[in-house]
Order: sequence, then structure tokens, then C-alpha cells
Amino acid sequence: MSDSTAIAHAAPDDPHAGGHEAHPAYLRHHFENVEQQADAAGFAMWLFLLTEVMFFGGLFTAYLIYRNWYYPAFVAGSHQLNIFWGTLNTAVLITSSFTMAMGVWCAETRKKSGLVLCLVLTFILGLGFLGIKTVEYKEKIEKHHVPGFHYSLNSFLNPDSDAEAKAAGDKPLAPDMAEHTEVYFSLYFAMTGMHALHMIIGIAILGYMIFRARAGAYTSGHVTFVENFGLYWHFVDIIWIFLFPLLYLISRHPN
Amino acid sequence: MTDQKEMEESQHHIVSPVVYIIIGGALLVLTGVTVGASYLELKIFNPIVAIAIACIKAVLVVLFFMHVKYSSKLTKLTVFCGLFTFFALIGMTLSDYFTRAWGRW
Repeated sequence: MSDSTAIAHAAPDDPHAGGHEAHPAYLRHHFENVEQQADAAGFAMWLFLLTEVMFFGGLFTAYLIYRNWYYPAFVAGSHQLNIFWGTLNTAVLITSSFTMAMGVWCAETRKKSGLVLCLVLTFILGLGFLGIKTVEYKEKIEKHHVPGFHYSLNSFLNPDSDAEAKAAGDKPLAPDMAEHTEVYFSLYFAMTGMHALHMIIGIAILGYMIFRARAGAYTSGHVTFVENFGLYWHFVDIIWIFLFPLLYLISRHPN
Repeated sequence: MTDQKEMEESQHHIVSPVVYIIIGGALLVLTGVTVGASYLELKIFNPIVAIAIACIKAVLVVLFFMHVKYSSKLTKLTVFCGLFTFFALIGMTLSDYFTRAWGRW
């Protein structure tokens, strides 16, 4: 009741006529004020991200347990990954996080063209990340390193016949241990695949945001959507920050 | 106009682009450092260094890109509680699995 009185008293052409009673169009009626609304949205976003932490945490835990059990298989599997592509992808994703952070700043300071530019750059860098991931997946498919009926143990039983295994100086694994490289690649595809799915969802939302931003939706004071999407995008970046060393780097010196 | 500006400042801390540039640069440098360190022979410290650098990078992203340093106490508490629960769960699980064979050889 007090809410509707406040709106009625504010002159429609001047949103600040009512002083602190003013009511921006984007303020939902069940919130006291804009600050409370933004706090509630940010809090909810963090709760969602914590469920995501638990979800990816399960995958990370599985990876650590199996790596501990089948250590030689995980080392040999890790040697199949290309550090160059992994590093480039890390740089691409960190840069996309930076452009997203700049996008949030542009929205906060009401710079419409800057915001659109930042969102487009983030969009392109996100696609670039997926493109590089595709190159890596393609190599795994060609070498029959995708778990399933066509999985090949050749790289691990005869490392000299495999360029990557030979370069890493791998010794042939015993057949039962070589079979466990399939566990490594199962986790590799589960973790990078779930991460890539989050990227795809993020890129889709970015596409929607670019259209809305061009219409000026986020540069008139209501930045909650851009801000909370930024949180999501940075979270996806953090997942990759941990995936990169765990999958690519820590098994380079197995002894 | 100044009233409106003051109101916005009190509600919402705007992180300056300078901070973003410094943090973005630091993240790229740390990526280079962790890749470089993976080529060194550090024995047991190879994974430790790699995970430590990843943790530093994640903390930088959370504090600055995700604005937690400038957020309300509620947000800080939420993030801390979530990570604490996560580490309690992963810690208990791993200490179980990693010690099952102790004393059996």
C-alpha cells in the first residue's frame, strides 16, 4: 500500500521527484529498495555458484582419487594432451574474463557502446576457446582416445609408435594399467565437456545480452543481469584455471 | 545529480578498470609462470606449485573480477561458508581414500 502511494506521489517525468521514495521501473514491489533487490539477486547467484562448485568438486575429487590409484595410466594419458593448445586456451579464457569484467564496468558507468563492444569480445573469445577445444577433441577422436568401443591402447602399449608418448619418453605400460588410461580420458571428457557445456550456455546468454545491450537495457542504472552473468562467466573461468594444471601440467615429471 | 551519484556510490562500489587491467595481467603472467614451472624438475613440488598458482589465480578472480573484496558481509560469508563446506567434504573423502591401504603391506 505504501509502495503504490509512493509511485502516485512521484511525478512521472522526474523519477527523483520523490527523493528517497522514488521508484525506478526495475524495482520489484516486494523489495524495499534497489540496493536490497541487488543484494538479494547477488546472494542468490552466489548460492547457485556454490551448487556448481559442489558439482564440479565431485568431478575433481573423482579425478584425484583415480589419479592416486592408477597413477602411471594418468601420467601416460596426460602426456597425450598438448600444452600449447592448453596454454593458449587458458590465455583466451582469462582475456574473456577480463573483457567481461570491463563490460560490467561499462554497464555501471552507463557506456552503451563500450558495453556492447565488451560483450561482443567476450562472445568471440568464448567461441575461440570452444574452437581450440574442438581441435584438441578432434585429435583425441583420430587417435581413438575417446572411451568406448573404438578405444585404442596402442599409444600406451607401444609408446614409440606415438609421437606424443615418444616425445614424453613414456615406457610401455602393463596391459591392465594401460586399460586404465580409459578412466583418465573418461574424466578428461567429462570435466572438459561439462566445462564446455557451461561455455556454450554462457555464449548463448551473451548473444541474448548483446541484443538487449544494443537496445540500452543495461546502461540505464539496472546492471544486475550483467553483473550476475559476469559472476557466472568468471566462475567458468575459475573451473578452467584448476582443470588446466590438473589435466595438462602436473604429470609432466612423474618421478 | 550529486545526490543521485552519492546514493549510487553508497549502494554499489564500482571497481575501476585499472584494477581489472592489473588483475588480468597478473592472471596471464601467472599462467606463464605455471606453464614454465611445469617444465622444471621439481619432484614432489611440481603438482604443489601448479595447484598453489591455480589457487592464487582463483582467489584473484573471486576477489576482484567477482567483486567479493567490495561486496557485503553476507556475500563474503556465503562464499567463505561454501568453500569451507567444499574443502571439508573433499578433505574427508580424500583422507579416507588415500589412507585405506595404510598398514596393510
